[in-house]
Amino acid sequence: MKSIYLIIVLSPLFGAIIAGFAGKLIGKTATHWIATGSVAFSFIFSMVVFKVHIFDNIGAFDETIYQWMYSGGIFFEIGFLVDNLTVIMMSVVTFVSLMVHIYTIEYMKDDEGYTRFFSFIALFTFAMLTLVMANNFMQLFLGWEAVGLVSYLLIGFWYKKETAIYANLKAFLVNRVGDFGFILGIALIVAYSGSLHYGQVFDVSSDLDRIQLNLLGYDIPLITLICMLLFIGAMGKSAQVPLHVWLPDSMEGPTPISALIHAATMVTAGIFMVARMSPLFELSEFTLSFIMIIGATTALFMGFIGLVQDDIKRVVAYSTLSQLGYMTVALGASAYSAALFHLMTHAFFKALLFLSAGSVIIAMHHIQDIKKMGGLKKYMPITYWVSLIGTLALIGFPGFSGFFSKDAIIEAVAHSNIFGSTYAYVAVLIGVLITSLYSFRMLFLVFHQKPRMGNKTKSHLKECSPIITIPLILLAIPSVIIGAITIEPFLFGDLLKTEIFVLPAHDVLGQMGQNYNGVFNFIVHSFYSPVLYLALSGILISGLIYLKYPFVADILGKRLSILIKILQYKYGIDELYKIIFAKASIYLGSFLSKTGDKTIIDGWIVNGSALLVQKISIVGKKMQTGFIYSYALVMIVGLIVLSIFLINF
Amino acid sequence: MVDIIHYLILSGVLFAISIAGIILNRKNVLIILMSIELMLLAVNLNFIIFSHFLNDLSGQIFVFFILTVAAAESAIGLAIIIILYRNHGTINVEKLSGLKG
Repeated sequence: MKSIYLIIVLSPLFGAIIAGFAGKLIGKTATHWIATGSVAFSFIFSMVVFKVHIFDNIGAFDETIYQWMYSGGIFFEIGFLVDNLTVIMMSVVTFVSLMVHIYTIEYMKDDEGYTRFFSFIALFTFAMLTLVMANNFMQLFLGWEAVGLVSYLLIGFWYKKETAIYANLKAFLVNRVGDFGFILGIALIVAYSGSLHYGQVFDVSSDLDRIQLNLLGYDIPLITLICMLLFIGAMGKSAQVPLHVWLPDSMEGPTPISALIHAATMVTAGIFMVARMSPLFELSEFTLSFIMIIGATTALFMGFIGLVQDDIKRVVAYSTLSQLGYMTVALGASAYSAALFHLMTHAFFKALLFLSAGSVIIAMHHIQDIKKMGGLKKYMPITYWVSLIGTLALIGFPGFSGFFSKDAIIEAVAHSNIFGSTYAYVAVLIGVLITSLYSFRMLFLVFHQKPRMGNKTKSHLKECSPIITIPLILLAIPSVIIGAITIEPFLFGDLLKTEIFVLPAHDVLGQMGQNYNGVFNFIVHSFYSPVLYLALSGILISGLIYLKYPFVADILGKRLSILIKILQYKYGIDELYKIIFAKASIYLGSFLSKTGDKTIIDGWIVNGSALLVQKISIVGKKMQTGFIYSYALVMIVGLIVLSIFLINF
Repeated sequence: MVDIIHYLILSGVLFAISIAGIILNRKNVLIILMSIELMLLAVNLNFIIFSHFLNDLSGQIFVFFILTVAAAESAIGLAIIIILYRNHGTINVEKLSGLKG
């Protein structure tokens, strides 16, 4: 098995290297065959691993592949931990990645950086697999940074576009904040447990739980500090409030990577990490409350912003933020399995939504403003139907995959009784309404209503080629069925029993499992809860506003103009950061540059020493008269002084 | 009674005069050369005085060496002065500031 795992990870790396270094040489066709082939290879082997692990139950694989170094009693190693959790992540990542690769062949076909793009996304697949398959914190961090790097490269893929450069810098800087917390957390773990290996750290977690740290006069449990720091890392990567600002801007990159990196896989790395560290997070109730409140805030308030966005990709981006918030809430409620379940279903339907948004963007010749679309249903039937499927999955329409995962999360929050769970419950409930409002607003504005685009664009409107629609259809299938198939093993079965650790006191999924009687009853049960009705009323309201009575939107726009302004400015968080961090660092920079560098270092130390030498030499020059008698005088005076000195001492 | 101290004062005075000659002289390079000679003579005198009072002849032998060296030195010195005069047309100390570089 070991060699299969290695092949799965290294094959995309191989593809990336070939595509990156030899891409120009071998041409576009060969490049996309190699890159897509390498990921397909990885996907096929992931399926093999999936079968062997899930169905044949061979048990977890946890071995070191390569020892990098040994220092101070700590092993720095590359190793794989392949258990059911990893297998699920691997399958999702390689599947979505493969779909995106195929889609890219058509989407990017006229782009100058075609080979570069393939190289990057194959590299991303490698990095993401490294991250999910890690069995130690060092490799986790390596993968964590590598996906961040590729994300940076891909957001700024069109590096001549100023907004893209701004966005990738922003993403990089905001992620730095999170990563700083993350590496501090890892450092604390290493310092107190003396190991980087997951298993060894989890084994001593009860010892770590007993340690109190004195910080600024307060006694803080070590485990809380570790978990908070790790979660700060997750906040950066999974774009939780207040570190969410980079994700909407990351939409400057090409659409396939928005689907792959900024919706389906990379941004869920934080969720994955927290779930993986459940033996640590379980011990810190404070952190769980914190996670829940942050997640609920993200889920609700980012959803609100989605209501007023006009850029098709940004609407989907804000919905991604909101859904990540849902996953985070589930983590806070100790329903790690539910978070992972939503992660998986979300990966499918959000990749689907992004790719169909991309399909619309191609057809519209790179117009992204939904105010300029409308009526596309007639021209792009396949895209319409898959978008509808994606949207229904997103809002949690009964039977679709998102329904199961979202309902599970909401119910888990309802069962949870840690601090903040009431707030979280209200937030996720309202979030359901908001989600269906903005999702259907977008769907109606894009595909229904009368066409609002120019005649020239309209005449070119047509369904995209099969290379684009086939991945859409392939993603639509799991978006519909995966929830119903996997809910039982995932949430209430043994699938993640050994991977996820939950304290009995927090075991909300266990409580839910007692009332669980099969998929059908789960659906029927939803008719007795407010969730379904909130989602349906969302559809109804947006249907009324955008299909029946379009003038209502104008009236509402005028009545609520202040609210809309607040939402359009994203609560001013971006502006606040610009003032506090950007402006402040510019001022600090210019102060250091002007006073610190130019005045003190340049002025005083560098030029000052030269000036001093010059001043001294001007005086010294006068002594150099060239007349013999003055030299003689100096010599004699020197002799006398020296003699006096020698005689006296 | 003429004591050693009187001789030493004499030689000191000669030495001082020769130093003054070098430093204060603003006219002729020859005077510097002569002052150097005088300085050497003052030193010689010292040697002789101590040789006499300490009953040690090696002091007087040194004097011969110094005289020889002084003769050679003034010969070279005069030659330099001639060259100097040929090149610069002057041996005025005030005009010769080539040591400035």
